[in-house]
Parts: sequence; structure tokens; C-alpha cells
Amino acid sequence: MKEILIRIDGKEVSAPAGSTILEVAKQQGIPIPTLCHLDGLSDIGACRMCIVDVGGKIVTSCTTKIAEGMEVITNSDRLAELRRLNLELIFAERNHVCSMCVSNNHCELQDLACDLGMQHVEVPYAYPRLSLDASHPKFIIDQNRCILCGRCVRVCAEVEGAHVWGIAGRGSEARVITELGIDWGDAEMCTDCGKCVQVCPTGAIVEKGKAAAEMEKHPELVTTLKERREND
Amino acid sequence: MNDVQLKNPMYAELDRVIDSYRDAKGPLIQVLHRAQEIFGYLPPEVQQFVSQRMGIPPSKVYGVVTFYNFFRTVPQGKHVINVCLGTACHVKGADRVVEILREELGIGIGQTTEDRQFTLSAVRCLGACGLAPVMMIDEEVYGKLDRAKIKHVLQQYAS
Ligand code: SF4
Ligand code: SF4
Ligand code: FES
Ligand code: FES
Repeated sequence: MKEILIRIDGKEVSAPAGSTILEVAKQQGIPIPTLCHLDGLSDIGACRMCIVDVGGKIVTSCTTKIAEGMEVITNSDRLAELRRLNLELIFAERNHVCSMCVSNNHCELQDLACDLGMQHVEVPYAYPRLSLDASHPKFIIDQNRCILCGRCVRVCAEVEGAHVWGIAGRGSEARVITELGIDWGDAEMCTDCGKCVQVCPTGAIVEKGKAAAEMEKHPELVTTLKERREND
Repeated sequence: MNDVQLKNPMYAELDRVIDSYRDAKGPLIQVLHRAQEIFGYLPPEVQQFVSQRMGIPPSKVYGVVTFYNFFRTVPQGKHVINVCLGTACHVKGADRVVEILREELGIGIGQTTEDRQFTLSAVRCLGACGLAPVMMIDEEVYGKLDRAKIKHVLQQYAS
């Protein structure tokens, strides 16, 4: 495949055409924060955490393909500031009282907040009162903790092939839904495989019967599964 | 989808519509538009039918239906009340108008009264800002609204 030359944080590197900036950064061992991206799933640029600077323009690195001569900066004061504000907005949009959450200490959102040194949220909390659906025999979806990353939607469609999840509405009214917006327990296409539970980065989709801080997830299972299928 | 449905002329027509879009690219929105013309709204059965006939997952159909303001999932009432939530009306108390309508009709924006007389929906500026707060019922504009005026106007439509 054709190789392309770019400069990333001042270092000249070459990578196959079609790679994303995020992929190249990873190969180079340069960390970029991500939330909606998961190795093995398609990228949709939903969370905006992975932003980088390309010649002064801010773009999402998970969805931007490299181009010859591109100058990429992965870290700067401006980027740090934007990422932190973005993260604050994600926190403010729903309800993330970590101490009460089954995913406390095992939450990608929480980890990211620690990594980025977010100490408080300056924007006002929206605190909408959203629904919790416990109709599925094994799992629960709590809309209050959902960050609309769309991982559940993609894993269910792209890996399990069941297409149970979707996103309904838009803007602040957007919600993850199952099938025609029915209760998850009534979703006939769900195979109960639990992949959406494993990839959900927060305490939004969880197993039943977990107490606070008990829910550990393994999104990497999906990545491994995907790799294995591709190598077969 | 089943034979009983296809005996219904509305479903039969929708079936033909879907066939006619067979080779079109990304035809879901057009098909849903036509479906709404045929049925007047898009209840779950119709969405399910579209999903099965087009081989598109229900979650995706529902996503599109709820994304666009244009699509309705509940039948429309005999009269449509459009409350203006534009800037001028907002400043002049559009929230109050919505509140009063909720008290009078028992419905919020996007809902229809049980007797199917009224559907309440919202618009951004009707171009009558001088009369704010404003609402429109069917084709008629009513401005400078307060509780008394809203009650009076609603009475004219209640049959
Ligand atoms: S359990 Fe599996 S099939 Fe069911 S919604 Fe989750 S990913 Fe899809
Ligand atoms: S439920 Fe979880 S995986 Fe699905 S969109 Fe919300 S946060 Fe993401
Ligand atoms: S990881 Fe790139 S936008 Fe979410
Ligand atoms: S803002 Fe209501 S008519 Fe213009």
C-alpha cells in the first residue's frame, strides 16, 4: 500500500494511506484521549475527545485520514483546554454521581477526567431526570449515565449483527433506544450476548445485581474477537 | 408484514412505493415521507412494515423518524396549534402560553388531545413579532395572547 509522510508533534513519520491520525499516533506511542473510539469498531467522531490540531484547524483524529505533508499537533494548551471543556459538557449533560454508580473505579469517563485533571465542572449541570429500563432479564440501561458515544449501537450492529440499538431524537433530546423505542426486554432481535455491556464506557449499560463499584467491563474482548475473525 | 396488512389498500400502496424506490440510493427518508402521506402519521406498525420490507433495522428507522421534526408518530388532531417560541415571543412569555395551553387542553408540545381535536406543536418565529406572544391555529394567526384571549380563541374551535 502507498505510504504517506506526515509530521506528528514535530516528528516525521510514514504510514499507509488510509490510516487515521489516531492510528498513526498510537503506532508512535503518542497518547490521545478517546471515548467513542474502540479498536475493532467503526469510527463516528461522536465524543470529540480525540481532537488534534492540523495546521491550526481542530479535527477529530479518529475520523481524519492522514494526507501527504500533514502537520499534526496532538497536545497544546489550547487542545488541553478544549478537551477539558468538552469533558465538562459531557459530565454536565447527564448525571454522573460516581460514588453511587456500579461502574465507579471501572469507568472510562471517570478515568479520562482523572487523566485530564478535571477537578470540577464549571458549566451548570442539566440534571435531566431520565428513564432507567430494567426490562431485560440480565441487563439494565440507565439513560442518566449515557454519554451517547454510540459504542453499543456499533458493537451490536457490526460485531453481533443484531442491530438492536439505535439513537433517537437529536441534540439534548437524543437517547439510545432499542428497536422501535420499545423496552429492551421486548426487543426480539437481542441475543442477550452482553457485548453492549462490555463496550459501554460508563455505567449506562450494566449487568443486573451489581452494587456500587462492582461492575467491571472488558471492552477489549470485542477488539480481540474482531481481530480473530479478520484473521480467520 | 403479512397478507392481512397487504389487503389494506394503504399498506398495498406503501408496498408499491417501496418497490418503486428499489434501486434508489438511501431511499428511507423518501419512503417515510410517502408513508406519512398515506397514513397521516407513522405508527409503530408502519415503521415495522417499512423496516421489514426494506431490510433496514427497526432501530435505524426509528432513529430517522425521531430525528426529523417533520415525521409524526401520533395522529394529528383536527386543528393544529403552532405556538411561536421565537425570540420575540420568548421574551414576551411564550412559556406562559405553552403552560396555559397545557392547562386548558391537557397536552404538551408534540401531543394531541384524546378527542383528536387539537395537536400542539412549536415553531420558531411566525413573522408576526409585533404581536408577540403569538400562536397560529391552522392558517389563522392570534397575537397578544393572555389567558383570557387563549380561552376565547380555543372556544371558537371546540366543536
Ligand atoms: S446483548 Fe448483544 S444483541 Fe442484545 S443489545 Fe446487547 S449487543 Fe445487541
Ligand atoms: S449506552 Fe453506553 S455505549 Fe451506548 S451510547 Fe450510551 S454510553 Fe455509549
Ligand atoms: S474518539 Fe474520536 S471523536 Fe470520540
Ligand atoms: S418570534 Fe414569535 S412571531 Fe417572531
